[in-house]
Amino acid sequence: MANKMMIDDLNLYYGQFHALKDISLNIQEKEITAFIGPSGCGKSTLLKSLNRMNDLVEGCKITGQVTLDGTDIYRDLDVNLLRKRVGMVFQKPNPFPMSIYDNVAYGPRTHGIRSKAKLDQIVEEALRGAAIWDELKDRLKKSALGLSGGQQQRLCIARALAVKPEVLLMDEPTSALDPISTIKIEELAQELKKDYTIVMVTHNMQQATRISDKTVFFLLGEIIEAGKTDELFSMPKDKRTEDYITGRFG
Amino acid sequence: MAKSKEKIMEIVFLLAACVSILAVALICVFLFANGIPAMKKIGFADFLLGTTWKPGNDIYGIFPMILGSIYVTVGAIIIGVPIGLLTAVFLAWYCPEKIYKVVKPAVELLAGIPSVVYGFFGMVMIVPAIRYNFGGTGSSILAASILLGIMILPTIIGVSESAIRAVPGSYYEGSLALGATHERSVFRAVLPAAKSGIFAGIILGVGRAIGETMAVIMVAGNQARVPKGILKGVRTLTANIVMEMGYAEGLHREALIATGVVLFVFILIINLAFSIIKMRSEKE
Amino acid sequence: MENIQQAAKPSAMMNEAPMNHLTLSDRLKSYKRTPGSFLVMLLVVLSAVATIAALVFLILYILVNGIPYINADLFSWTYTSENCSVIPAAINTVIMAGISLLLAVPVGIGSAIYLVEYAKKGNKLVKVIRVTAETLTGIPSIVYGLFGMLFFVTALKWKFSILAGAFTLAIMILPVILRTTEEALLSVPDSYREGSFGLGAGKLRTIFKIVLPAAVPGILSGVILATGRIVGETAALIYTAGTVAKIPNSAFSSGRTLAVHMYLLANEGLHVNQAYATAVILLILVIGINALSSFIAKKISKA
Repeated sequence: MANKMMIDDLNLYYGQFHALKDISLNIQEKEITAFIGPSGCGKSTLLKSLNRMNDLVEGCKITGQVTLDGTDIYRDLDVNLLRKRVGMVFQKPNPFPMSIYDNVAYGPRTHGIRSKAKLDQIVEEALRGAAIWDELKDRLKKSALGLSGGQQQRLCIARALAVKPEVLLMDEPTSALDPISTIKIEELAQELKKDYTIVMVTHNMQQATRISDKTVFFLLGEIIEAGKTDELFSMPKDKRTEDYITGRFG
Repeated sequence: MAKSKEKIMEIVFLLAACVSILAVALICVFLFANGIPAMKKIGFADFLLGTTWKPGNDIYGIFPMILGSIYVTVGAIIIGVPIGLLTAVFLAWYCPEKIYKVVKPAVELLAGIPSVVYGFFGMVMIVPAIRYNFGGTGSSILAASILLGIMILPTIIGVSESAIRAVPGSYYEGSLALGATHERSVFRAVLPAAKSGIFAGIILGVGRAIGETMAVIMVAGNQARVPKGILKGVRTLTANIVMEMGYAEGLHREALIATGVVLFVFILIINLAFSIIKMRSEKE
Repeated sequence: MENIQQAAKPSAMMNEAPMNHLTLSDRLKSYKRTPGSFLVMLLVVLSAVATIAALVFLILYILVNGIPYINADLFSWTYTSENCSVIPAAINTVIMAGISLLLAVPVGIGSAIYLVEYAKKGNKLVKVIRVTAETLTGIPSIVYGLFGMLFFVTALKWKFSILAGAFTLAIMILPVILRTTEEALLSVPDSYREGSFGLGAGKLRTIFKIVLPAAVPGILSGVILATGRIVGETAALIYTAGTVAKIPNSAFSSGRTLAVHMYLLANEGLHVNQAYATAVILLILVIGINALSSFIAKKISKA
């Protein structure tokens, strides 16, 4: 499989704090890559570097290189176009305080689509893609804030899909959800990887083993080990990985 | 002994707290008791809808003044709201901390400048500028609107800024993550979420504009007739009271108090609207 | 969890130019793709500039035109229509502010104490007090003026007098004092109160010895803010305190404050230069008062 994104020798500082150290990693196309590790290990920080959401953090400095299909995303790609191609789903569902329809249509409208027919079609496709169309099709004009947490998160996935991204970043997408909603999102992720490259930060090692193809283990801002999920969990090469996955710390 | 002292002081504090209630009650009673009879004598319709104000002939129609208050208020809103709202956006989402430390106190200072000083500035600066550029006397709806527009800026900016800041950052980030620009994220995702707070600010601004007296008197021309254009002079309800109260007697004086009653009712309605909207925005 | 983070080692990387910082030309390039956003950004910046420009222009215009006319005549002991002295009006302003504050501050603090320290949650009376205080905040000064004229001047037969003006202003500033005191009391941590109760002190003692002293800066900032409003007020005073340009003999004589004086000078149109000079004095006074208030307020938020 081809490399979708390549991270080369990336270092990231928050002020004086060295949050990511010499990270090099390839993200393979149409796979789910899981980032695991204890809190504060840098996994979310790296995820946010892939669509440049770290640019918002004051005092954040990044060096190195990140490419998307061979294009340097920090030097040669407009940040808004990057974020259109690399979508993101947040830890806490964050639908806008507007109707379900307007939430999904927000992205396409942002990128210049005005035609009602076209928008209708995109909204339906995106909601179907997020496996929530049947639940919501009769209440598209209702406020998105009235949905349950799990529905809100799938709506946010639909909203991200509506701009037709190539990569989907998910930052602990199920940490705020109940077990049943969590399973739905996991099933959805597996479905989505047919068309999208997915990078998911997760706190939950079972989740990583259930759905991901590759797993990357972080500790103190460094990648300790990266590899196929089943191999990493069954025979970790590094002692620290073993300690973590067997629950000895973290 | 100590017990009774505690009890007595609690009652003292309670009485102090009731002074506000007493004050509002007294204000209502005295204004209405002095104003309503005059309205009855003149006739409610003749008073509120009459277009002629000629105290010499005992004709008291305050419709021109009601219109005048509405015109200058609308003008102030047209000028003050866009600038105020965008300045609030600037403060909340654009300006670096160093600039904020200068701009924010400046906005607060704008709120502290006395009306007479605003009025004087309007008189020596805005009125002549209008006279020079557009002809006429310069004392006009336009002059009053510009001046009031500036005067309501701090209200609009203050309330809008806190409403905008109360919007969760996740809306902004969510929009940005979809590839929207900073501007689109702020205006399409953040501002709609703050709209009832912003609206409350505008209502408060309307209250300020409609109740402003001295500054308006000094720039509006104060002719008690229905104005025929924005360059024409106008008299507001507030101006009507101050202009003539000094020498008014009998029914004339009562008619002026009744003018105050109309103004007071306007303000009460605006306050009520403000509280309702504020409550709703707090619920969100 | 966070304690496993380690301090950064100084590294060569730190000196390398970070790639995530947008330079101005990056930004402009990005805006080129989205001209609408560029326009919006311009409007936002221009509005802020307009707001500041209005303030700076107003202040400079009045200072430049007024300062040359500040002279000894302006500060003569008595007012004549030639010298347009501000001294009687200034003295009246001080007296007016003194009496108004004397009336409003104890009442305002007392009501705030009741609301914060005594009233139970969901108390109907508290709701009514809050609604009325908010109503008072919204009432325009001319309505206060009318009321003062009807009640203090006419019904109580105080005539146009400093006292009638001061009572009117006291009602006007009451909600300001009430609100700032309430905020100041609320910001005193409950642990202070519990500590005092724990030592066996009564409620009253706790309030006066512990809570109020801790809230003094907040209250003070509110009092100064209220003083600023008194100094700048005109409409509420013209028909309550009247317009006599003399130092009053008693609280029952009429007297104009500085702001009223300023209005009359400007409106007569005969003494524009003196009006400018008076505007300068008024402006500096009010700016100073507001600066003092926000200085004290800032002190609290730091502490």
